[in-house]
Amino acid sequence: MTALLEIADYRLAFDTFDGTAQVLDGIDLTLEAGGTLGIVGETGCGKSVLARSLMALNPMPPARVVSGQIRFRGSDILGMSDREMRRLRGRAISMVFQDPASYLNPLLAIGTQMEDAIRGQDAAVGERQRPRAAARARAAELLAAVGLPEPARLLDSHPHQLSGGMRQRVLIAMALAGDPVLLVADEPTTALDVTVQAQVLALIARLVAERGLALMLITHDLGVVAAACARVAVMYAGTVVEEAATADLLSRPLHPYARGLIAAVPDLDHPERRPQGIAGSIPSLITPPRGCRFHPRCPVATERCRSEKPLRREILPGRSIACHHATP
Amino acid sequence: MLGYLLRRIGLAGLMLFGLVCLTFVISNVAPSDPAALAAGPDAGRSQIEQARRDYGLDKPLPEQFLRYLTDLAHGDFGRSIATGRSVGTDLARYFPATLELVILAMALGVLLGVPLGVLSALRKDGPADHATRIFAVSGIALPPFWFGLLLQLAFATWLGLLPTSGRLSVFTEPPPPITGLLLVDSLLTGNFGLFREALSHIILPAIVLSLPCLASILRVNRSEMVEALRMDYVTAARAHGVTPWRIVMVHALKNAMLPTLAIIGLRWGWMMSSTVLVETVFDWPGIGLYAVSSAIAGDFKPVMGVTLIVGLNFMIANLIVDLLYGVLDPRLRRA
Repeated sequence: MTALLEIADYRLAFDTFDGTAQVLDGIDLTLEAGGTLGIVGETGCGKSVLARSLMALNPMPPARVVSGQIRFRGSDILGMSDREMRRLRGRAISMVFQDPASYLNPLLAIGTQMEDAIRGQDAAVGERQRPRAAARARAAELLAAVGLPEPARLLDSHPHQLSGGMRQRVLIAMALAGDPVLLVADEPTTALDVTVQAQVLALIARLVAERGLALMLITHDLGVVAAACARVAVMYAGTVVEEAATADLLSRPLHPYARGLIAAVPDLDHPERRPQGIAGSIPSLITPPRGCRFHPRCPVATERCRSEKPLRREILPGRSIACHHATP
Repeated sequence: MLGYLLRRIGLAGLMLFGLVCLTFVISNVAPSDPAALAAGPDAGRSQIEQARRDYGLDKPLPEQFLRYLTDLAHGDFGRSIATGRSVGTDLARYFPATLELVILAMALGVLLGVPLGVLSALRKDGPADHATRIFAVSGIALPPFWFGLLLQLAFATWLGLLPTSGRLSVFTEPPPPITGLLLVDSLLTGNFGLFREALSHIILPAIVLSLPCLASILRVNRSEMVEALRMDYVTAARAHGVTPWRIVMVHALKNAMLPTLAIIGLRWGWMMSSTVLVETVFDWPGIGLYAVSSAIAGDFKPVMGVTLIVGLNFMIANLIVDLLYGVLDPRLRRA
């Protein structure tokens, strides 16, 4: 049986004025139907670009696919025409975005935006667009499903009248409109108040469980991954450096970068252990370091790391590391 | 929304008062002596003084201003000193000609400028974008009188397709005015021959007048559309499956129309005043031509009247734009 989503040797470059940035450098990831995968990494490591790739939302140009495949249910998304891609958007793959304030149109009522999405999805699969009233009824149903009170009144509201948490719920409701099988959530809680973050995360986890959705959750917050994802991939400068079951990674990270990330999280049980930062900063993707992209910041780097790029290999069942020095 | 409306209208009232003050000042700083003009070229000192008293020009300025205000409040724009005709009557005769020209020019500007702006934003840096850019830059750069003469030469003299000047042929009896707009009046009375004739007269001046307006609407709309299409909400709309047509024509264009509307409002007032050049070239009997001939004669009342009308147009256009902003942007409706 083929996996729901298979990303194989995916390389994406951005052509900029300063040169070509190798933003994604050979990504290999697999997600089964109903599986949950967290992608963690620092800002600029390429995790959002990867998420957008799944829906062909990166602007091309400047983005350019260098190599690889992204197979969704066996067919390669990268080779799809815009028309074919539109059949998937919303109906098969949906996305929840980072900042709900900027991802909702400020001038259109919530109802209009939802109806447009619902009817647009009808058109994309070649069906007759359902009447506005039917789309509106469906929109109200979706708003109720994400726990928003008074859906009918909400449909007539504009985004500025809603709180951040409500806006994010609206965006989640819109993402569910076409009953997708894969939900891509790009930092869905980052822009929210801390108290609302937990609610929104719980909502996403509930919807994923109830509807049997596969989830790819992009975040820089290990706590979010721990709460919502069975597996986690750690990204650094456009590469996946470690992929493992979430519990394994959190308790015993093996890649030096993953170890650094975990050490940077304050330990509330042992407040005397100060969080440790990772020395240095993320490298330029236009002139990335030779060999392992992490070697300039790596405490265990050797001569080999400077010249030879480590390939990710499975060193334990279900656990793979891209490091010359990794041991089980 | 009501609070927003009242605030805007209140603001417009204040502006109107400022405008009236300004026109009054203009009339009093003008170097010519209106009393001497009224008394005629051969008048002696006593006759000039008599005329000064007749027109109330010997009174202190505050009193004159008060009288000007009361007259305006009664719809009285005063009398032309040179012709003795009521300025209000003159304006009623000449303003519809200018209004018709400006409406048509604005219609051309919006109906071509907005779609071309959208098109060039969608084809950014493509051949269509470059073509509209060249068109827009020339539209702003070409002097209207020169461009007008060129069109007259091409379409009237060489091709013989269109007349060079006036609203109608000199042999045509103008119809009794209903709205004063010939295109509208001829349609209202079902006189299609007259409509054709009026259209053939107005088309060249309207094109010349609209070109800078069209160009600036096009450029503003293009850059706003480029901006809007890059926004997160457009990315989200694509991800959610909204049709491309709806994304461009509703989700992005509605946002791009806000700044475009501001330009449209400004251009309306601008065309009212810059119609002078076009009216002169095409001998179009509007307020521009009226103001110029009065100013040359040193006749200040008509100039004041025209200034007031043009200023009013600026104000009303901007008031309408402000109200449309409130309709388009729900964030502004909060009182």
